[in-house]
Amino acid sequence: MSDVASQLTTADGRPLKAALASAQARAKRRAFFLVLPLLLFILISFAVPIGQMLQRSVYNDQFSKSVPALSQWFAENPKGTAPDEAAFAALASDLVLMKETRAAGDAGTRINYVVSGTRSMFTKAARGADKLEPPFMEAMLELDEDWDNPLVWNAMRSAASPWTFDFYTIAFDLERDADGKLTKVDETQRIYFRLFIKTFLIAGVITAICLVLAFPIAHLLATLPMAKANLLMILVLLPFWTSLLVRTTSWIVLLQGQGVVNDILVALGIIGDDGRLQMIYNQTGTIIAMVHILLPFMVLPLYSVMRVIPVSYTRAARSLGATSWTTFRRIYLPQTIPGIGAGVLLVFILAVGYYITPALVGGADGQLFSNMVQFHMTKANWSMAAALATMLLVGVLVLYWLYDRLIGIDKLKLG
Amino acid sequence: MVASRDDAFVSFEHVQKSYDGETLVVKDLNLQLAKGEFLTMLGPSGSGKTTCLMMLAGFETATHGEIRLDGKPINQVPPHKRGIGMVFQNYALFPHMTVGENLSFPLEVRGMGKSEREEKIKRALDMVQMGAFANRRPAQMSGGQQQRIALARALVFDPKLVLMDEPLGALDKQLREHMQFEIKHLHESLGITVVYVTHDQGEALTMSDRVAVFNDGRIQQLAPPAELYERPDNSFVAGFIGENNKLPGVIEELNGDRAVVRLENGELIDATAVNVQAKGDKTLVSIRPERVEFKPELIPAGAHTIDAEVLEVIYMGDILRTRMRVAGHDEFVVKCRNTIDQMPLTPGQRIRIGWNPLDARALDMI
Amino acid sequence: MNKKTLLALTTAFGGLALPALAEDITIMSWGGSYAAAETESYYKPFTAETGIGVVSVDADNPATPVKAQVDAGNVTTDVALFLISDAMRLCDEGQLMPIDASLLPDGADGTPAEEDFLEGTLSECMVPNDIYATAVAYDASKFAEGAAPSSIADFFDTEKFPGKRGVLKSPKVVLEMALMADGVPADEVYDVLDTDEGVDRAFAKLDTIKGDAIYWEAGAQPPQLLADGEVVMTMSYNGRIFNAAVNEGKPFEVLWDGQVYEWEGYVIPEGAPNAEAAMEYIKYATSSEQSASFSERISYGTPRKSAAPLVGNVFGTDIPMAPNLPTYPENMTNALASSAEFWVDRETELGERFNAWLLAN
Repeated sequence: MSDVASQLTTADGRPLKAALASAQARAKRRAFFLVLPLLLFILISFAVPIGQMLQRSVYNDQFSKSVPALSQWFAENPKGTAPDEAAFAALASDLVLMKETRAAGDAGTRINYVVSGTRSMFTKAARGADKLEPPFMEAMLELDEDWDNPLVWNAMRSAASPWTFDFYTIAFDLERDADGKLTKVDETQRIYFRLFIKTFLIAGVITAICLVLAFPIAHLLATLPMAKANLLMILVLLPFWTSLLVRTTSWIVLLQGQGVVNDILVALGIIGDDGRLQMIYNQTGTIIAMVHILLPFMVLPLYSVMRVIPVSYTRAARSLGATSWTTFRRIYLPQTIPGIGAGVLLVFILAVGYYITPALVGGADGQLFSNMVQFHMTKANWSMAAALATMLLVGVLVLYWLYDRLIGIDKLKLG
Repeated sequence: MVASRDDAFVSFEHVQKSYDGETLVVKDLNLQLAKGEFLTMLGPSGSGKTTCLMMLAGFETATHGEIRLDGKPINQVPPHKRGIGMVFQNYALFPHMTVGENLSFPLEVRGMGKSEREEKIKRALDMVQMGAFANRRPAQMSGGQQQRIALARALVFDPKLVLMDEPLGALDKQLREHMQFEIKHLHESLGITVVYVTHDQGEALTMSDRVAVFNDGRIQQLAPPAELYERPDNSFVAGFIGENNKLPGVIEELNGDRAVVRLENGELIDATAVNVQAKGDKTLVSIRPERVEFKPELIPAGAHTIDAEVLEVIYMGDILRTRMRVAGHDEFVVKCRNTIDQMPLTPGQRIRIGWNPLDARALDMI
Repeated sequence: MNKKTLLALTTAFGGLALPALAEDITIMSWGGSYAAAETESYYKPFTAETGIGVVSVDADNPATPVKAQVDAGNVTTDVALFLISDAMRLCDEGQLMPIDASLLPDGADGTPAEEDFLEGTLSECMVPNDIYATAVAYDASKFAEGAAPSSIADFFDTEKFPGKRGVLKSPKVVLEMALMADGVPADEVYDVLDTDEGVDRAFAKLDTIKGDAIYWEAGAQPPQLLADGEVVMTMSYNGRIFNAAVNEGKPFEVLWDGQVYEWEGYVIPEGAPNAEAAMEYIKYATSSEQSASFSERISYGTPRKSAAPLVGNVFGTDIPMAPNLPTYPENMTNALASSAEFWVDRETELGERFNAWLLAN
């Protein structure tokens, strides 16, 4: 068969396949040029920044670029070698360099990420570095007795290479002890990994509430006549069209201790004036405000799926003897799964990455993981922010993969 | 065949239905079905036939009146407890289930055991010659195949009554005709009662024991197909069922059920009085194209004949369709069998035509 | 385009860096009432005197965008207003230009600049502009006469003063206040906080109000929390409370006990396009006269000793400004100067511990 096909030629004797390819080449080229702007846009605004973020989370040359001598000593002496006079001499010469280039603060900051309280050791030492005299070990220890702390030396060895997993170590609430072994950080310092899990849990709760609330709304919208449905749809979409800050502020007005909801409850005598509910500046506030903001993302895909489910399916099921509950569970619900999937995925991913709303109404325990990313960005600790953001990205991708395995991404229907 | 009120299997009694509280979609419906009957509700869209079916199925509630099934009022019975099988126009096969699962569904909700279910599913599928398709999904099948499955699903749980809402509407002509016979055959072999809704009169005539012609929320005529065709009660039915020539006129003489009608050009014709009361009434005389005769020997003795001018002869293979000008009307159609001894007609030819007075029915003026 | 619309435009565009016109300098500052005071006391008279225009850019914290600009080698900011902690950090990292204090103008009374600034406020890369305090504030109308909170310890005493507390969501200031409330004298706070026991002690004190705390981050929040009746007391920047009290007539009072004061000032980023004009601006703005004028418009204290007597009434009123300033001698009886040195070293660790403490419920 294929032999015959390959021998087919056009009227002027050209092979048919070649003729077809050249006939289509122009159309293909034109199509490519049409999508080129989008391709470039995505590349520049999405792929490149994400690539940079990934790189920053494992690449940090704040320290490594200022310590040529020390790097050499680390290269010549295996891990675990106690720092000798040569090591201190190398350190001293690097400190002189740091003084000249004014890089001591930067370098110290990098070490300080791993061992707290070390930044000033570098700035102080660099200030008088050119006056240091051998024996350097003694001179350095005189400046600060922590200079022979193995944790500092381990941190410097690790930071002497710009490629590092230090930030991921911190992100998983781990640290290296004097022997370089990974251990959990002190209970009072554990934050990132715990918050990471908590963020996914809260996002799950928000998604679940959104689903429960959106399902009947979407069903109502799908079954109402078009004119009424459109009116209701506008109400659903209203949050979309309101600025995030306005919405959040109105939640504060409504939910705070002296807010509208509490006032009404007190006026109705449901709660006493001293028993006002704390519904904002905590986890509850985060959940309420985020459900409100994210609800349309659940309603829209559900609605678009439900609108095209003919009423005859449910009627058929009923006529076949199914109760309304069975009909819902076995006939209607399975057919809305593409919409549920899309809504859940959308809401969940958006919820996991939210930070403005939790920052405004979350108080202490309503903070999400992204707030930590933002925290480190304001502290100019890009590598840490990148490492945390990467964790978030990987977490979301894993979920996406799970979704594909369990439900199938081809079943997604976004609207 | 016609059931009386008391022993009817299905009965509608003074049923009315309004959606908006302003207009009635179904106006005072009275209808009785006997067990095992195949009744078709025929009518144009908006005539109320589908609403009646939905009330019977339980998806719409009657605004007034009572619907009885097997002697028991079912107005308050939810759809799933009525035990009525239903076939939908778009098949309504559950897209997320295989054919087998679709058929299994009504049995599962009835709590039937697995082996019994499988046996019934197999029997139902074999019944519609789809035994090999149990593992297919609806989307992988043609419209005709899906319709068979829908049929099998409506029958698999042995309902006494099966409702079909324009089930063949989406099929092409050939397949539709084939399915008509199959449904008819299933009805006969299973002994079930069927209420069938369609707007296709051919379908109605082919399949039904009785046809209820709906228009404007009322049953216009309820009769077996032949009677409906031969003896329409009113002009709507006459016009809706089959092809008809209509000649407007005034009753000249009325003698029992025999009438003489004066047409607009003054000519007189014979007719059977159906829907007219007195001399001088305006009437519409309805004659089937195949009952018009123009060979003098076929016109009954003593019957009136009138002038006709042949305008057009269309060769249709089995018949010849001839359009004539009669009493000033250009659309008078005569159909005659294409036989070897047929008298040839040519456009422009003038002839006399006539008919058996029983075939011309003087109906109401619409 | 005149200067006013340019100002309005750049304000509207927020952090968007417009290319500065020739001879114009770009100043990045806090925005809000702070930038408004700068505009009136510095920008306008400076432009009038020198002909150098000023493009004002707002930022939540100028240190973040400035660091990003310097890192990227694309500096568009000539002058930025930094907290001392940020200034020291970025100065150490070589991202700010050193400023020779001897070039600054002498005080109004002829004192050389290096002696005129309050001790410790001048640093390698920053000329201080003002001194502000984070202090406890309360709504006086909510307390009976003489029953208002009177010490920092009262802020942590929920038995004597039940009700919610507005707490700054940052370990800095909060830990110091906790220790002072626990009886640590101001001059020992950082020695204590430098030990593990001291940190534990501070967090233990914070635990006592944890259930009643409402946390805030933006300076505009505390007066709002007080006005809404959400809290009975709150930590706040003194200037915000002053604004609410003077401009909006709220019965808010600042409790001048156990407050932590810091200073902020002008820096020139390394690689600033108009460094010379920037230096001219800084010399102008930090002179005694302009500094006093600035303090009349916003209740932040002047860092120049010679400027203090020049501070008159609150601008446009007949209320004397001096008693509302953190630098007023009677307000300084139990005040703590925030230690930037301590915090550059310990911020990462204590920040993590503070966040973990917040989340642990």
